[in-house]
Order: sequence, then C-alpha cells, then structure tokens
Amino acid sequence: MAIGPDALDVAEVIRLVSGEGPGAHGAVVTFVGTVRGDNQGRRVLRLEYEAYEPLALRAFAIISDEVRGRWPSARVAFHHRTGSLALGETSVVIAAASPHRAEAFSACRYVIERLKQVAPVWKREYFEGGDVWIEGATADPSDESAREAAYRRACA
Amino acid sequence: MRITIRLFGRLHDLAGAAELEREVPADSTVGSVWQALAVDFPAVAPYARSVSAAVNADFAKMTTTLADGDELAFLPPVSGG
Repeated sequence: MAIGPDALDVAEVIRLVSGEGPGAHGAVVTFVGTVRGDNQGRRVLRLEYEAYEPLALRAFAIISDEVRGRWPSARVAFHHRTGSLALGETSVVIAAASPHRAEAFSACRYVIERLKQVAPVWKREYFEGGDVWIEGATADPSDESAREAAYRRACA
Repeated sequence: MRITIRLFGRLHDLAGAAELEREVPADSTVGSVWQALAVDFPAVAPYARSVSAAVNADFAKMTTTLADGDELAFLPPVSGG
C-alpha cells in the first residue's frame, strides 16, 4: 500500500499481487480511478488531492485486514495519488488477485468502496467558475453498517 | 498540557490554519478540544456531526482522552478514490 505525489504505475501494482510459480494466482482484477471531466454538470479543470498520509496508510492496513478476513485466498495492493491531477490522470490503482475470478472481483470492489468510506483523502475540484471541496463519508472504520454496505456492493 | 491540532480539507480553509498549537486541560478529550475549536472558529461548528478524528495518526473517538504532546487531527468527510 502506498500514497504519495508520484504518478501511479498500474503494472507495478499488478505485479505486487500476481504471485509467481506455484504461488501464481488465476485471476487479477484491477480498478483504475481517473479524473473525470464532468461532475454533476460542472466542467472540471483539475482535482487536487490532499491526504493525511500516515493515517491513510493505517486505513489501508485496516482495509487489507478486512479483505483477508472476508476472502482469505485474495491478495490486494493499492496505491493512491496526492497533489494536482489533470483530467484523465490516475488517482487510484487497486489490484486484487485470487485463484479464481469471483473473489478477485469482490475483493477489488470492496477495497474501492472501503477506501471511499474511510481513507483520509480529500479532493478539491477546480471547475469552470470556481472550486469546491468534495465531501463524502464520515471516516469511521469501526462503523459496522458502512462495512456491511461495502461488502454488499462488493458481492452484488 | 500542550497538543498539536491538524486540520484537513475544508476545515483547514475555514479555520485559516492547517496546524495549531494549543494548551489544553489535563483531562481533555478529542470532543472537548473540538468544542473549544468550534468556539474559536465558529465556521467549523456545522461539522460537529460529520467530523471524525485521529490521535497520533490512528483513528480515535470523541471520547478518546489526550496526553501531552499528542497530535490530534480533525477530518471532514472524506472523498478519496
């Protein structure tokens, strides 16, 4: 797990989970989050991501532990970017590997859902005509109902 | 005792500072420091129901008690991804 200002490398994140030789997995699912040009009718110019990095790493470790508990055969890796990102740039990469595809799809979806719930990361959207902080979920990893909602989406 | 308060996202903008040093009573909790902060910076008060917190870079509750030298962070609702 990592967070920082450097450009993200999808292949590197995949390499972290794929395994080799007898440990090679049969399925790798990736999620790549990118900066979209339209948000609720606003023409987006760029996003600025701010993070509380040491706490973000703590949140990532919590999410990774949750994945291990739900899908023991899955391995996940995820990198999040900070700083100023142009349209189309990659803000987050998640890779999930497992012997079979079902667990890999579920684990990957679970990580992005949980990341959006609990990771201490904030985006400020600069659009034509102004800027706004985007605010989503109250970050509370111990909130059982949020955790269950993420699990339901992951297995939908 | 003395603590460091860190403010992220819009809280940083509303208070006009990313980091504050504060002298607080010995029995202070995350919640009591938040209440004092909302007095100093009334613009942050509407976040009382949605803010979360961390002490020394680990998630904390409003009831968490503080110690001298702690770093207390207040987190507005998050929007990563």
